[in-house]
Amino acid sequence: MNFDFSDDQKLLKEQVRKFLADKCPTKVVRRVLDGQEAYAEEVWKGLVELGVPGVGIPEAYGGLGLSPLELCVVAEEMGRAAAPVPFDTSVVLATEAIKLAGSEAQRKKWLPELAAGKAIGTLAVAEGPQPPRPRNLTTTFGGGFLNGKKVPVADGDAATFAVVLAKNALVLVDLAQKGVAKKRVETIDPARKHAELTFTDASAELLGAEGEGWSLLERLYDAAAIYFAFAQVGGAESAMWMARDYALQRQAFGRAIGSYQAIKHKLADCYVKLELARSNAYYGAMMLTDGGADLPLAAAAARIAATDAYDFASKENIQTHGGIGFTWEADTQFHYRRARVMALSLGGPMAWKDKLVTRLEQKNAA
Amino acid sequence: MDFNDTPEEAAFRKEVRAWLDANATRKSDDKQSFRARNDDPELLRKAKEWQDKKAAAGYARMTWPKEFGGRGASPILQVIYQQEESNYLVPLGFFDIGLGMCIPTMMAYASPEHLKRYVKPALHGEEIWCQLFSEPAAGSDVAGIRTRAERDGDGWVINGQKVWTSGAHYSDYGIIITRTDPTVPKHAGLTMFFLSMKTPGVEVRPIKQMSGGANFNEVFFTDVRIPDTQRLGKVGEGWKAALTTLMNERLAVGLPSGGLDIDELMELARETELEDGAAIRNQQVRSKIADWYVQQQGLKLTRYRTLTALSKGQTPGPESSIIKIVAAPKMQDMGAFAMELMGHAGIMKEDVPFAAGFQAQWIGGAGFRIAGGTDEILRNIVAERVLGMPADVRVDKDVPFNQLGKK
Repeated sequence: MNFDFSDDQKLLKEQVRKFLADKCPTKVVRRVLDGQEAYAEEVWKGLVELGVPGVGIPEAYGGLGLSPLELCVVAEEMGRAAAPVPFDTSVVLATEAIKLAGSEAQRKKWLPELAAGKAIGTLAVAEGPQPPRPRNLTTTFGGGFLNGKKVPVADGDAATFAVVLAKNALVLVDLAQKGVAKKRVETIDPARKHAELTFTDASAELLGAEGEGWSLLERLYDAAAIYFAFAQVGGAESAMWMARDYALQRQAFGRAIGSYQAIKHKLADCYVKLELARSNAYYGAMMLTDGGADLPLAAAAARIAATDAYDFASKENIQTHGGIGFTWEADTQFHYRRARVMALSLGGPMAWKDKLVTRLEQKNAA
Repeated sequence: MDFNDTPEEAAFRKEVRAWLDANATRKSDDKQSFRARNDDPELLRKAKEWQDKKAAAGYARMTWPKEFGGRGASPILQVIYQQEESNYLVPLGFFDIGLGMCIPTMMAYASPEHLKRYVKPALHGEEIWCQLFSEPAAGSDVAGIRTRAERDGDGWVINGQKVWTSGAHYSDYGIIITRTDPTVPKHAGLTMFFLSMKTPGVEVRPIKQMSGGANFNEVFFTDVRIPDTQRLGKVGEGWKAALTTLMNERLAVGLPSGGLDIDELMELARETELEDGAAIRNQQVRSKIADWYVQQQGLKLTRYRTLTALSKGQTPGPESSIIKIVAAPKMQDMGAFAMELMGHAGIMKEDVPFAAGFQAQWIGGAGFRIAGGTDEILRNIVAERVLGMPADVRVDKDVPFNQLGKK
């Protein structure tokens, strides 16, 4: 039985954790939240120097050629810090999309740039109101040109290219061109900037075969769900300890509020959800690494458990803090906002629960 | 990452399988249970026979030192034995408390002569042990026990009552926590002993549970005389000894296995017609199935993390402390929901597919949420030991036990 990360992987995790504790404390998250910068550039630069964007990229394409397990431990630390950098977009979604569906030429072109931090990628799926479904998409691709509007797109204004879900396919679009208009949109989490991207005869190329856009997206989401789950686990753990620390220090009715069972039991529940999420995430990581048949099911379970753990920990963190936790000055808001953004960005829990049961039915039928 | 055995573990698993094949019958499916007929009068005899066979082969308590009939082996090998054994139709369950809690406490405190006398018969199933801790007025707050032990010459006289004593009705010996000094605060006045359940003045009465079963007992002590040589630990240090026992309890209380779970719930949902078609197509039903599946998987995988630590010779982390907190309410809630899917017929005990199984979970879950640490106590334990939060303020802390509740 070897259901744990290796010592080397734990060392990498520790290294990223130390870097972020040092370079990305909550005041950096606050700076991005309060300001106009698209992301914390100095943090991102440091991560690029550490090789983070290239962790999952093969050496032949300029990456470190490590396994999904290494990217999972990195993701956990990014989530713990609620780092305001294009990790989930560029390192997870865009990079994995190209690894999943890219032609050799596309890999050669984009992966080295991603690994070196020269390119920042993102994924554009939603088109405003209504959850995206194959039948209601209006963005079209034909004759090498992309037309349509995508919103919200995480890191849409910082990204140099985007993987876009058009009605009939996934396409790759260079965002530095005349046919692309970027407009920042306000969201619930100003620490992760989002944009509206409008494509007007923008030149684009197919990523994967025509007609396979939706099925490729589903596969991409399965992998992303697992990396996101690790980030959510990291965030949930951070929120839980923030609440714990405050509960030890805050006095009410003559003693620390952390000595009241109403608070203790709430935080014990955070821990229970966190460990359920961690165990499910580990299995997802294992399936991702081995390409196991259980991958779709494990991804859905990891996604559901981690979303629940992060939502719960981030909201009960505020509750434990009481009034001070609801102020703009408090750090509690970072995880509360990020938890909801992460919960909705690959489709919400309701959709994943439905998927999970479908996959369970398929497995049982097989 | 993988779920594979190390070469040493694989070799051991093979050895165990060969031994089990030669000595027991393999189950035809994993729902089959030797205990299907719980009222089998022969069950205890068969269980003792199997325990003896197992002990003779050195599989009964592999982690124990060789001098006590163990192998001084890593806990992972014991787990592997149990995993394999669970695939065979063998009678289990009578010896877990004795070997998991009582005898380890004996090993920590009893004299070499006593160990020589008691360990081997316990290991071989000849003698069964029970744990006499809980009392009517001391459940979660077990240090609040009132059973008195008073000095009488070179011995002690015990008077009082224990309750929820598993297996007392078939036990030969027990370890008992008593109050020897009521004039000092709660934890300071306790002393632990062991005694024969046949000692004059010991009376065992079964408790009929809400589920209809009777696995537990009340045990009454009326002027029960025992020699001082049966004391475990120093006078007044019974709480310390009890903690040794309870620490082992956390390892011994396992998950109920072989009950109905997600597969059966899905089958039921496929076969149940709701307004808009099969229940399995209903989003509310799917959402609940998904949640319970995530919990079921989460528990299984959390156990694998603990086993990984054992396999690597490390001390497991605190993650296993979540297991009963999740498993017990899941059992109760899933049972209730499955009954709801059956409609009004969900209350019937016969002629309704799956009804009996899910009803057993619904009713058993109510007990499982209490046994071996309530949901609430377990949350306290997680908060205090894992998250480092303060213990409750104890109003009884510095008050002599016999002054409690008096103002």
